[in-house]
Amino acid sequence: MVTDTFSTTPDISAVRPQASTIKDTTGYRVFRVVNAIVLLGVCVVTLYPFINLFAKAFSSEGYIAAGEVNLVPRGFNVETFQVVLGDPMFWINYRNTVVYTLVGTAIAMALTTTYAYAISRRNLKGRTFFTGIAVFTMFFGGGLIPNYILVANVLGMRNTIWAVVVPSAISVFNLLVMKSFFENFPQELEEAAAIDGMSTYGIFFRIVLPLSKAVLATMTLFYAVGIWNSWFNSFLYLDEKELFPVTVYLRNLIAAASGPGAEAGADTIQIGANIQSVTMLLTVLPIVCLYPFLQKYFVSGVMLGSVKG
Amino acid sequence: MALRTAAPPGGTTAQAAEARPVVLRNKDTWARALRRDWRLYTFLVLPVLFLLIFRYLPMLGNVIAFRRFRPGGNIFGDEWVGLYYFQMFIQNQQFWTVFANTVILGLLTLLICFPLPIVLALMLNELRSRRFKRIVQTLSYLPHFMSIVIVAGIVLQLTSITGTVNQVVDLFGGTPVALMQQPEWFRTIYVSSEVWQTVGWGTILYLAALTTIDDQLYEASRIDGANRWQQTWHITLPGIRPTMMVLLILNIGSFMAVGFEKVLLLQNPLIYSTADVISTYLYRVGIQSAQFSYGTAIGLFEAVIGLALVLSANFASRRLVGASLW
Repeated sequence: MVTDTFSTTPDISAVRPQASTIKDTTGYRVFRVVNAIVLLGVCVVTLYPFINLFAKAFSSEGYIAAGEVNLVPRGFNVETFQVVLGDPMFWINYRNTVVYTLVGTAIAMALTTTYAYAISRRNLKGRTFFTGIAVFTMFFGGGLIPNYILVANVLGMRNTIWAVVVPSAISVFNLLVMKSFFENFPQELEEAAAIDGMSTYGIFFRIVLPLSKAVLATMTLFYAVGIWNSWFNSFLYLDEKELFPVTVYLRNLIAAASGPGAEAGADTIQIGANIQSVTMLLTVLPIVCLYPFLQKYFVSGVMLGSVKG
Repeated sequence: MALRTAAPPGGTTAQAAEARPVVLRNKDTWARALRRDWRLYTFLVLPVLFLLIFRYLPMLGNVIAFRRFRPGGNIFGDEWVGLYYFQMFIQNQQFWTVFANTVILGLLTLLICFPLPIVLALMLNELRSRRFKRIVQTLSYLPHFMSIVIVAGIVLQLTSITGTVNQVVDLFGGTPVALMQQPEWFRTIYVSSEVWQTVGWGTILYLAALTTIDDQLYEASRIDGANRWQQTWHITLPGIRPTMMVLLILNIGSFMAVGFEKVLLLQNPLIYSTADVISTYLYRVGIQSAQFSYGTAIGLFEAVIGLALVLSANFASRRLVGASLW
């Protein structure tokens, strides 16, 4: 039977759809239905917290306090938005986040791009060493306190933007992704430019970078989202409210609502619940707006890294 | 260059002269490399300086675990005290509580958050509707892009006395409780939030690995009468094994650090008995109480265990499966 189907060419194309219909046993068909239902459940569970957040942001305090808000807003109002947007500190902190993200991404990109390009050159002497010192930091580090002493006491970066944007500048994962990208860059182009008398700088800025826009965009998004979402370094090194990014503003809001006073009663949590929801919503807004691009670029970035991680 | 090396040995003097650059290349000294590639080395100056200052200097700073550090004094400490600070935490009962919490939370996270992306990727792989597959992927990646502060905020709201979890409890006739004030609930809540945030995104590498498996293997097995489950077990899983091993090693490497930022945001003194881990304890005693040397000793202990775990996992994986990070 098997030899029969493979003996003539037309039969092979005929056997394919037939084979797949035969192999769809009842068991497998049941599995596929269950599988689809479970995946639908995954979607619902993933989305629910966001929908709940949205509903709370537009609900009145009373309904939230009564535990009656889940999927749709109850006691619809936009006053909470007016309250949050009416706080000048929210605007100052939001602007700080934007500034930190722009400056931090620029620094990180400058360091990562030049570093990755240099260690991607196969004839560079000391290439293994320069790669190794970066990779080693992935698995061993100085720890919280030596870092703190360095940034706060030695470099005196406390209460400056630098404490937020500099210490986390190079991500080794991003570095390796870029390195493997540059390694696969067509050598002929660089060689031709070199023969035309271009220096390394000329080749890098005028040939390599303009042709690497995709990977540069991916890495920029990686860093920008990372800094936008970060909070701990700011929390650790900044004392002045005027310098906080919006994530720390939000953290303090949440801590005040569910902090030491929380055990006294449920009231303290609920007073802030709608305010918290609105602030969270406004904090993720740019990321949700950019999400279609983010997802595409991030996925390709991760895949790129997996080629040679 | 390849042509020159191919020149037959013992030829004319001209040929010998041509062979010379090959010899020179073998003796590529630093002086020569610098003269040739100095522009390339200028690219390295700032990044390497960055690594030295912000990564390697703090590593040296770990020396204060063995020396008494006084704020305002020498940043590498003032005098040797040997293993004094290590003895201090080893004899501290509280340290062993947070150590146990760290191991339990790390193990739970590893056992649940490592296999689930594989299961989800396999399930997505069985979908025939491309559009449905894309929708599930798009939605399940979303939590990955959220700030930890927002994730923590959402978790605290959902588990509050009026939150969704308690609404469900109420619906089934139970008594609502403030879950984040009950130590016995912390681990469940923490791991659930990790699952919510990481599992969708975790499927990416597996889905990429799945596309590299040769279709002919499936066809051949189908002809041999293998059903879908047997195909999964004998073809799909071995096909993504290298990816699984690499991710497992990386997961083991971050085992001791268990989501420091998230735990810090979620915990409160009422639930320290389960929610306090080494990194958060270190933060409290080291930064908030300014016991720098004591905190550094704990941090060094944690980092060394983490490094040892990665190295042994990598070694074991290379020996047993043949897949490793390096």
